[in-house]
Amino acid sequence: MQKVNKLQPFFENLVFERDDNTMIVNFGPQHPSAHGQLRLILELDGEMVTKATPDVGYLHRGMEKMAENMIYNEFLPTTDRMDYIAASSNNYGFALAVETLIGLEVPRRAKTIRMMLLELNRIVSHLFWLATHALDVGAMTIFLYAFREREYAMDLIEEYCGARLTHSSVRIGGVPLDLPENWITNLSKFLDKMPANLADYEGLLDKNRIWKMRLEEVGKITPEMAQTWGCSGPMLRGSGIAWDIRKEEPYELYDEVEFDVPVSDTLDSYGRYKLHMEEMRQSVKIIRQVIPMYYKSEPQIMAHAPKYISAPKEQIMTQNYSLMEHFVLVAQGMRPPVGEVYVATESPKGELGFYINSQGGAYPYRLKLRAPSFWHTSILQELLPGHYLADVVTIIGNSNIVFGEIDR
Amino acid sequence: MMRKYTDKKNVQKKPYYTDRFWVAPQIPKFDVSSDEVFASDTEALKANFEIKKAYIQRGQLVVYINAGENVEVLTYLRDKLQYNFLSEHSAIDWLAKSGEFEIFYQMLSTSKRKRMRIKFFIKEKEPIRSISTIYKSADWSEREMYDMFGVIITGHHYMKRILMPEDWFGHPLRKTYPLQGDEEASWYEIDKIFGKEYRDIIGPENRDSSRIDEDDTYNFSRIHHEVSFGAKPSKEIVETDYQEEGGVFLVKKLKKADSKILEERP
Repeated sequence: MQKVNKLQPFFENLVFERDDNTMIVNFGPQHPSAHGQLRLILELDGEMVTKATPDVGYLHRGMEKMAENMIYNEFLPTTDRMDYIAASSNNYGFALAVETLIGLEVPRRAKTIRMMLLELNRIVSHLFWLATHALDVGAMTIFLYAFREREYAMDLIEEYCGARLTHSSVRIGGVPLDLPENWITNLSKFLDKMPANLADYEGLLDKNRIWKMRLEEVGKITPEMAQTWGCSGPMLRGSGIAWDIRKEEPYELYDEVEFDVPVSDTLDSYGRYKLHMEEMRQSVKIIRQVIPMYYKSEPQIMAHAPKYISAPKEQIMTQNYSLMEHFVLVAQGMRPPVGEVYVATESPKGELGFYINSQGGAYPYRLKLRAPSFWHTSILQELLPGHYLADVVTIIGNSNIVFGEIDR
Repeated sequence: MMRKYTDKKNVQKKPYYTDRFWVAPQIPKFDVSSDEVFASDTEALKANFEIKKAYIQRGQLVVYINAGENVEVLTYLRDKLQYNFLSEHSAIDWLAKSGEFEIFYQMLSTSKRKRMRIKFFIKEKEPIRSISTIYKSADWSEREMYDMFGVIITGHHYMKRILMPEDWFGHPLRKTYPLQGDEEASWYEIDKIFGKEYRDIIGPENRDSSRIDEDDTYNFSRIHHEVSFGAKPSKEIVETDYQEEGGVFLVKKLKKADSKILEERP
């Protein structure tokens, strides 16, 4: 019998030789390729995954509970912390849900600014996805290039709202600020550079033998699978179903701009990679079309609805009644009508939905966040078995999951 | 002195003031016949199941069904009415009002471009049948619903908590559950790390590992009020230079005055 101490490990209970090749690997929650706090319990036969059990909840902050204890405007910055890679799209999803609840029409200028921000966020998110995914698979160079471009886009967002990651750049009823001076010029510079950069990435990856070997025929999601598991966004379009909420149920000015919805029929990770690249091009195309719309619009940026939305600052400081209303809206919060809405928007990751049940109070009675990554993580239990352990990293990276919105 | 009355059945935050005469407006509900697709869908559902209520609100159909028929209705929706996605599925807590949960299924049909909501009420401990065999996306949402509300679901293949730890006590999204967590929640880490018998030894004042004690100079150091380890806390302001005068190997001493802010990216 060995003595248990630090120098001599105690081997009594460890078995090194087994009859079969099965093994259980605990992947995460602190694994660099887990993209957050994902724990995967993988049952392996040799190097082949036979069963995968994703375990989430390590980043649970109880946002839905928080929402029930906050006025609507108070909750908006919390949504930043969901998909923190593209925070504006969460802000927007929530703002749109509340606007639908109270039946509010947003001024056209706010719509154009929102669309520019949303598409910039999509580019940022896809660049981040490409960078980290490529890094996981072994292409370090791409990471550095993509992060450089992401930095430029984040500079633009920072110039607009002052934050790089947690933007809170959208308000219920509009946007807080008009675009700063020269912003459009800088944006155009960025847009001019973007197609060449995308071509560079594709030059590095498209025919790269390692990249193709690791992505092609890996993580195939059939259309039936995508439907039953509730996939959305690039994960759904990657399995051949052309469904983009911007196109099918247009919000803001998406029905006035022209863009294509890329679809991949190969069903595999490589197809989804091509799709993400194409989506970035489409985002550039959309922003280009929105810029002239911005110039043509009236300067109003917040909706006029004194019952729900505070008046412009200038008015609050000069008009007594506006000040009183503003005080009530800040101290007590707006009280939307009784009813419920479910509003879905196309976030970079997929369908981001907000279900709000209002009982006419200043606090939502129930707020349910439908985060796309949650469903894209649950599909892992069917997707991973049959793949090799090395492919697990590819599939997790490729499904573009962010734990802020899974655990909420 | 009398203790202030608090409603234990709903401990969520309340606005500090509500006008006595204020009546909340309602979001209009439209008749099902105002939309062709929804009208035919409701007709088809009515022919096969008992529909308690159906209306359109903000462009989406809302249908109330019997709690016992959820599996049949959803199978019918998927196979016959082309509602191929279950986008969301959760519960609403009405326990304080009527002792019930309201369950909703948020459905999407990509071919019809329509969204609808199937809803029904259940009593607190009334089990519902799992629909994870019809829509696999319900696999996790049912687990989340059990985790957050304690709704009992039968026929699920792996009914475990999903977001909270498995040995958690209580269901956080119930209205009776306080935002800061209940008594069990505040002892959770102590119970887990040391064991229940250590509750008395550690005591409620030390159970929170993130508690910051300003007077404790063994574990904490106040910025600009630094004192030596274990000394008495002081109010005096200490300006500390965070980099040694001689500098660190390979690291330039950062001086704010010497730094240059670039106008544009190089």
